[in-house]
Amino acid sequence: MSEKVLMKGNEALAESALRAGCRFFFGYPITPQTELAAYMSKRMPKEGGTFLQAESEIAAINMVYGAASAGARVMTSSSSPGISLKSEGISYMAGADLPGVIINVQRGGPGLGGIQPSQADYLQATRALGHGDSHVVVYAPSTVQEMADYAYSAFDVADKYRTPVMILADGMLGQMMEPVVLPEPKDTAPEKPWATVGHAHARAHNVVNSLFLVADKLEQKIQERFVRYEAIQRDEQRFEAFMADDAEIVVLAFGASARIARSAVASAREAGIKAGLIRPITLWPFPTSAIEGTIPTAKAYLSVEMNMGQMVNDIRLAVLGRAPVEFFGHTGGVIPTPQEVLVKIKEMHRKAGA
Amino acid sequence: MTMAPETLKKKAAAKPSSPKVVFERPHALLPAPFTYCPGCPHGIVHRLIAECLDELDVEGKAVAVIPVGCAVIADNFFACDVIQASHGRAPAVATGVKRVLPDSLVFAYQGDGDLASIGMAETIHAATRGEKLTVIFINNAIYGMTGGQLAPTTLPNQVTQTSPYGRDVSEAGYPIRVSEMLATLDGTALIERVTVDTPKHVRAAKRAIKKAFRYQMDGVGYSLVEVVSTCPTNWGMTPQDSFAWMRENMLPYYPLGTYRDVLAEGFSNIAEAAQARAGACPIAIEEGK
Repeated sequence: MSEKVLMKGNEALAESALRAGCRFFFGYPITPQTELAAYMSKRMPKEGGTFLQAESEIAAINMVYGAASAGARVMTSSSSPGISLKSEGISYMAGADLPGVIINVQRGGPGLGGIQPSQADYLQATRALGHGDSHVVVYAPSTVQEMADYAYSAFDVADKYRTPVMILADGMLGQMMEPVVLPEPKDTAPEKPWATVGHAHARAHNVVNSLFLVADKLEQKIQERFVRYEAIQRDEQRFEAFMADDAEIVVLAFGASARIARSAVASAREAGIKAGLIRPITLWPFPTSAIEGTIPTAKAYLSVEMNMGQMVNDIRLAVLGRAPVEFFGHTGGVIPTPQEVLVKIKEMHRKAGA
Repeated sequence: MTMAPETLKKKAAAKPSSPKVVFERPHALLPAPFTYCPGCPHGIVHRLIAECLDELDVEGKAVAVIPVGCAVIADNFFACDVIQASHGRAPAVATGVKRVLPDSLVFAYQGDGDLASIGMAETIHAATRGEKLTVIFINNAIYGMTGGQLAPTTLPNQVTQTSPYGRDVSEAGYPIRVSEMLATLDGTALIERVTVDTPKHVRAAKRAIKKAFRYQMDGVGYSLVEVVSTCPTNWGMTPQDSFAWMRENMLPYYPLGTYRDVLAEGFSNIAEAAQARAGACPIAIEEGK
């Protein structure tokens, strides 16, 4: 087991990716993911890998597309406006069944927005990372340790299901320093017989492609992909439950806002309110099973987010009208305080007559 | 040398069981008929590329990156591994492949809209980085697949679907001379403009493509072969008239020739050539880094 080290979240993402066997990084400068690329530029040459600062986010994601086609473990990182630029390439990766890891250290939007922490890309990440019928597996770490853990396992998930995987972090997690136990280095990428590495006259030519001009053929390709999506939804849901067993006010929060919500839930318990926290770690697939487990005791649900309430509808789809679902949050880089969330929990507690 | 018909007959009769193959499909072309429009030069250029892959014996380690445009279907024809890129991004995709597989032969095949409009940033930056890859650039001054719109290489006053009164340079600006522009970049090892309207030009085009592939395999630097081409369908001309129109209008604007060849200039790679151009950079690498 590695020793505990103190690291920034952005650096933990980078170091963990290296330990997962990622040797190719293509990026473009943007705040607040800066430390990640800087770390990669320092370490990659020493590891015999490639760090390339591309001419744009668009070029970077297409370099990822090329490197993934050639069978490599490959990563790019950016922040919200840059992710919008990458979304075309992510759609092509999904359409060509290419694995790869994309980091989004979110900042405020829309447009150029701001550079303070935000979670306003929830819907983009879970619904629309590019056009077409597709999904991307999305992890929302909440600690620097989880930044390291999920950056590491993201490569395995990407390879297993031949899909892009996103780590949806934010400027707070990227910048904060925490003790972290880094994973052991490994080189266990699976064989990729589909990769375009040159056929060496030993097989028919491989084609990496997202174009299917015959409608029936395209439908068939998408349906095959959705069989894999179903397996992901069945096997890859991840969440953490905190004091949720008998919770009447069930708080849902992910990433940085879950740290705030956890404090508020603990305070509510001290005040005699049966509050609990469900923290989705995968945003897609959304951990509906976790919510189902809380239905017997829940009187109301509260989503705490650093946006205008983007996860609320996913909670409502899981709750299916069996309890009210409310929202509290701040956006634009304003961070909610545990005290504000506690006030909201108390108010809901009164309303529910719990 | 000419022979009397009788002599020819005698020679033929002497070896009846060993016919000599004088023309065959290159191994690097799949046994599929081209589905491009009649008279389209894509077929000629595909064949030249395939012949070069055969003659250099590199099909097995070749990766083609194909564009959005008419050649988006080129995976039906190239027998090597193929990646279909998004519009304009072939040089970035090819960069990703080549960085993972430095011993492979990677070539991007792109049209003028793909390369010089939406993909210009990727084009310039792959070239200036000196990526060890080859771009085959088909310049026919028009968007073919979408039905003949104005392209970045459309000539002044040329009529297209979206310049129905001719390209008005006061509104639409001027055509881009890609080869001339890229030749200014230190990362480029070979930049050559060719065409395929006559057997002589076809042979010259093949020599350029083969040289570009050789430069890549030898690690000299980035190479691009621009093929001045036609689009009989969207130009609304016969294939013969298209080539005549091309010779009359395009070649004066896009002169054939070699715009950069660092080996011919006496250097062994782009680094030497760049140093000769700019002088030694005063910033030295720090010791121990």
